[in-house]
Amino acid sequence: MSEAGAAMLDFAQNHLDLFGLPSRFDMDVAALEERYRTLQSAIHPDRHASAPETQRRLAEQWAGQVNEAYRVLKSPLERGRYLLSLHGVDALAPTQTSMPAEFLMQQMEWREELAEARGDHAALCRLEQALQQEHHGLLNALSSQLDELGQYEVAGETLRKLKFIARLEEEVGEAFEAW
Amino acid sequence: MALLQISEPGCSTAPHQHRLAVGIDLGTTHSLAATLRSGSAEVIPDERGASLLPSAVRYCAGQPPVVGQDALAAQTTDPLNTIVSVKRLMGRAFQDIAEAAQLPYRLLDAPGMVKLDTAAGAKSPVEVSADILRTLRTRSEAVLGGELTGAVITVPAYFDDAQRQATKDAANLSGLNVLRLLNEPTAAAIAYGLDQGAEGTYAVYDLGGGTFDLSILKLSRGVFEVLATSGNARLGGDDFDQRIYAWILSQTGAAQPSPRDMRLLLAAARDAKEQLSDASSVPLALALGNGQSVDLVLERAAFEEMTRDLVQQTLLPCRKALKDASLSLQDIKGIVLVGGATRMPCIRQAVAEFFGQAPLTNLDPDKVVALGAAIQANILAGNQQTGDWLLLDVTPLSLGIETMGGLTEKIIPRNATLPVTRAQEFTTFKDGQTAMSFHVVQGERELVADCRSLARFELRGIPPMVAGAARIRVTFQVDADGLLSVSAREQTSGVVAAVAVKPSYGLSDGEISRMLSESYQYAQQDLQARSLHEQLTEANRMLEAVAAALASDGDLLSAGERQAIDTLMAALTEATRGSDAGRVKVCLDNLNAGTQVFAGRRMDRSIRHALTGRAIGAIAA
Ligand SMILES: Nc1ncnc2c1ncn2[C@@H]1O[C@H](COP(=O)(O)OP(=O)(O)OP(=O)(O)O)[C@@H](O)[C@H]1O
Ligand SMILES: [Mg+2]
Repeated sequence: MSEAGAAMLDFAQNHLDLFGLPSRFDMDVAALEERYRTLQSAIHPDRHASAPETQRRLAEQWAGQVNEAYRVLKSPLERGRYLLSLHGVDALAPTQTSMPAEFLMQQMEWREELAEARGDHAALCRLEQALQQEHHGLLNALSSQLDELGQYEVAGETLRKLKFIARLEEEVGEAFEAW
Repeated sequence: MALLQISEPGCSTAPHQHRLAVGIDLGTTHSLAATLRSGSAEVIPDERGASLLPSAVRYCAGQPPVVGQDALAAQTTDPLNTIVSVKRLMGRAFQDIAEAAQLPYRLLDAPGMVKLDTAAGAKSPVEVSADILRTLRTRSEAVLGGELTGAVITVPAYFDDAQRQATKDAANLSGLNVLRLLNEPTAAAIAYGLDQGAEGTYAVYDLGGGTFDLSILKLSRGVFEVLATSGNARLGGDDFDQRIYAWILSQTGAAQPSPRDMRLLLAAARDAKEQLSDASSVPLALALGNGQSVDLVLERAAFEEMTRDLVQQTLLPCRKALKDASLSLQDIKGIVLVGGATRMPCIRQAVAEFFGQAPLTNLDPDKVVALGAAIQANILAGNQQTGDWLLLDVTPLSLGIETMGGLTEKIIPRNATLPVTRAQEFTTFKDGQTAMSFHVVQGERELVADCRSLARFELRGIPPMVAGAARIRVTFQVDADGLLSVSAREQTSGVVAAVAVKPSYGLSDGEISRMLSESYQYAQQDLQARSLHEQLTEANRMLEAVAAALASDGDLLSAGERQAIDTLMAALTEATRGSDAGRVKVCLDNLNAGTQVFAGRRMDRSIRHALTGRAIGAIAA
């Protein structure tokens, strides 16, 4: 039997297809990791160390693409953004600035809390917890908006909120470090 | 010198021919080489049976350099010409060296990298390192009985591009073919993981003579995945010596000592530090050159007090790496200690306290890095056809580009898994702008001035447009070897500019060939012969690789396709019989081009096999 005639795999294909995973936000992380390792074990340039130069170069390209897909799929935020882009929504485009007023208010409150909590370990811990809770809730919302309801514009807004929260969490982390 | 081993081209297609490859740990204090022999990694000893080579080189006028133990023995009698800890100067400019005043050398402010003034002339740290590497190469070739195909050389994970490039230059200068620069903690993890069959997430804490690295790896069924790495390229056992040295000076009220006394005191300080790992106090009795004598006792408690902040400084990278890997302390299954300085009880205690568990100490911290490098070298030399493990390493530092106002825009973040490609779009800032210059930098800081400059290049011929209309896509690519290349492309016109990044203070090819022709080993050897030799090695490697590929996957080709490849192979084989390097190169390029489609189909097959293997497993589960 010859595979010569078969259509070639395309490494620029959809990240989820590359990993053979369903096009859903909710993801079996263990399966993702497992497939990542399987793919890299087959294509990584070090696995082709004694192959002709052309093949090693191809291996570089494939491995780079698999790394990129893995990075995106592993992070819930990036994964959500990617799924939305497949549905034609550029959720984090610079033009996308609208946010519900109440979320913006909440944002400001948290920011004030952070400013006051600098150097206060207990207060930082409280804020960290509140943010974690919010983060968790947003992920659940995103999951149902993407996988069940198909509300992509709404999901885009959820994603922007998530991005805000993630940035705040980062700042809290830095405040811990400074402390 | 060993004879070149070039097998008869016709026979070179024999499926397996063991290639000699070594792993080299080029350390601040000690260097050593190891290789894989009958399946297990072993250190290569010198003729006296010693495996550690002190990283010390002595230069005397008109004589070849003395390397190792004999050089070290001369450090107090001939301090200015005996170089130790040169690794701390690699890839550094004169003004980068904060501790210049404490170094007992005559440092020269040479353009690019600092130089050392010795009795044998000005020596760059690259040349000094090359002399150490050459000693290890000669030793290895003598023991293994043939010319080396290549070497994997280890570097601190936290080394920046300039330091890596300097290391690579040193290896080339010593006549070694570099298969890969491998991060030291990663090398240690490979040796440890394969030796102990470890599975799970581990931290490697590596405190050597001059550098500190902390890496977090996940070991899972033969895949070593580096999750994060952090460190400090200027922190090591040497700094603990410096504290004792400063303490002795303050206790005795001695003024700035002579270079000779400085060496004497530093050596005594190191001795005392090492003894304090077992003893609770050590006497320090020395007679200095100026007639003064030192008679002191150093208590371990006092030593720990004066170095407490150094120990603390190692914990910040631990925190950073955990954060970058999004892990908490509970996720770490074990901590592997590497580097001689981790023998200090205060280090072990601080590590145990920080991670909440006692570190693993069942490996020889002096050798584990070289052993890991040897295992990797064996694979990269092509000896292991179906390796049952794989290493996925990361970029230690962020890579970016200078934007308006001297700010850095990060394109590839630190701890990105290799190989990695990332692109970003930029635009013009003036109407009718037809050129754009790019400044590639490395580092975590926001201001370009605080980062390390790697390269500059220009994109010209952008069609004139209003400001902000051009779309220039800048692509950063770091390959599995950790080498960065950057390209810029104007999207509407397709104008392209590209550079393979070589740091501004790396050596130019011209400089390398000058140094090569000056060095003892190559004084008589013609550079042209060297180039032919390199082409022949590459050609034979290629012929062997294609033959092996045809043997296993020849069924992917039609008869006509097969015929075409056979013809190209015959042409290359024919060229290798002559002595025309240019011709060999042309035939080599032709074969490379002619096997492109075949390579694509082979990749395709291996991916399909990998995925079906998985899918079947999943169905069965
Ligand atoms: N028993 C000991 N107690 C304390 N320190 C020790 C002991 N043995 C060795 N050292 C220190 O370990 C350091 C050398 O370690 P090692 O040989 O691992 O470094 P290296 O690989 O040469 O350096 P690097 O990895 O930083 O380039 C020296 O500072 C030495 O004084
Ligand atoms: Mg070391």
